[in-house]
Amino acid sequence: MTEARDATFRIWRGDHATGAFRDYRTRVTHGMVVLDAVHQVQSESAPDLACRWNCKAGKCGSCSAEINGRPRLMCMTRLETLDLDQPVTVEPLRAFPSIRDLVTDVSWNFRVKAKIPPFRPRTPDAPDGTWRIDQADVERVQEFRKCIECFLCQDVCHVLRDHHKHDEFAGPRHFVYQAALDMHPLDVEERLRQVKDENGIGYCNITRCCTKVCPEHIAITDNAIIPLKERVVDEFYDPLTRLFRIFRAKRKSDRMDGRPEPDASALPPKGAP
Amino acid sequence: MSQADLRLPQRGMGATSRRDAWWLEPLIVFLVLSAFIVYTTWAAFQGVNYFASQGGAHYLSPFYSPLLYGQNGEPYWIGLAPPSWWPAWSPFAFSPAFLILAGPALMRFTCYYYRGAYYKAFWLDPPSCAVGEPRKSYIGERRFPLIMQNVHRYVFYPAAAFVIVLAWDAIQATRFVQEDGTTRFGIGLGTVVLALNAFLLGGYTFGCHCARHQIGGYLNSLARRPIRAKCYGCVSALNRRHMTWAWISLFWVALTDVYVRLVAQDIITDPRILF
Repeated sequence: MTEARDATFRIWRGDHATGAFRDYRTRVTHGMVVLDAVHQVQSESAPDLACRWNCKAGKCGSCSAEINGRPRLMCMTRLETLDLDQPVTVEPLRAFPSIRDLVTDVSWNFRVKAKIPPFRPRTPDAPDGTWRIDQADVERVQEFRKCIECFLCQDVCHVLRDHHKHDEFAGPRHFVYQAALDMHPLDVEERLRQVKDENGIGYCNITRCCTKVCPEHIAITDNAIIPLKERVVDEFYDPLTRLFRIFRAKRKSDRMDGRPEPDASALPPKGAP
Repeated sequence: MSQADLRLPQRGMGATSRRDAWWLEPLIVFLVLSAFIVYTTWAAFQGVNYFASQGGAHYLSPFYSPLLYGQNGEPYWIGLAPPSWWPAWSPFAFSPAFLILAGPALMRFTCYYYRGAYYKAFWLDPPSCAVGEPRKSYIGERRFPLIMQNVHRYVFYPAAAFVIVLAWDAIQATRFVQEDGTTRFGIGLGTVVLALNAFLLGGYTFGCHCARHQIGGYLNSLARRPIRAKCYGCVSALNRRHMTWAWISLFWVALTDVYVRLVAQDIITDPRILF
């Protein structure tokens, strides 16, 4: 698309109880993204169209929506990549209730996250209360820190989207968060029982849809969910590992390269890693 | 878990706003895996033409390796087939493939990549990403029977042993017995086919997520274990292309069996260079 042209945007209007798609025609030009077009529709013909956005740079995770049925960030979806000869469908995330139009209530995610035990470091390595970590060990968990909490992975996960297991399953975003904490070389908190029971990692059947939609290209399935599944197998299902643990005390301290768990009285206050 | 009153609508089978051919990938997976299962079953029931010795060659089909029981002139490990303990009332004739095929089959069945692929293609759970499903109930891998998928690490070790056996078969395929009883080193097309088979199956097996976990993934710190860190890096590199390894090795293992059968039946002549 090198010249300006007219395009039709089929946008969801309504809330979780009632709603329908409505067509809006607007003029688009080279370089525009879907969020630009939605703003243009707002200014031209639908001033009451509700749409959440903030940075317009793919870093705040606010403008998540489903564009032509695919969960994507509106600000990172260029119109050149879409077939403008057909109406472009824009609808809210389907795994969460729509508040109005393109805005969904994603507060459930924050309630789930609040229940995950925070980072708890081991006893400081140095007398001045500081720690020493090798860069190689940091890199593994830094990938998970790229998450912008756009919740596209939650939206596309069929366990939430189609089976509505919100009461039993935390979803890919929270497994990424738990992997970031559990694989941190300083962390000593035990979270695997929560991963298995409360957060229901067994519901994941590895469809990899979460990995495909992640705008930060985090290898959610390969680097977070499957390693957590394997750790859960270590901890709860594998009889040989459990037998081996009797002789070697292979728990969190073992995964930490044998360093001691912290003395509770010597612990620094809880906080984010 | 937070109680959720989300009142989300249930979407029916195939419901989606996607415009692309979302059905194509699961359809291809369904057709390819089905074809592989049908061919493997047929090949296992044959019980003949799995070893090609034309012109002194030593080509053994991967579906029959290790050959625990075989005929005279075949590289069997234990004894002549059928073994004495094989039940006479058995509804089908003895085939050595029955004794070993469960190993690699279980490796693929419980593989993290294949699980996601065949849940979509065969069980439509889901048919594709962001596409409605046919069923409302769902237990995932949380309870029986699919909780048994966690046995994957226990089938990895036999599968790794199979790769070593297949590599040995490829080495054996470089030895060509002459009419005077001497052995000459050589490389035939069958040698290349068998060697590629062992290589591809090795890339698939040693790059699996289970191997990655066992070699170092369960640790949070690898910096003070340089050898283990190197191994973890190598397995991770294979693991990043696990899907590719899975499909190419699947295709090649079937092609290897086809090639050995064709040579064994003198349908094609194996080109070779002897040194």
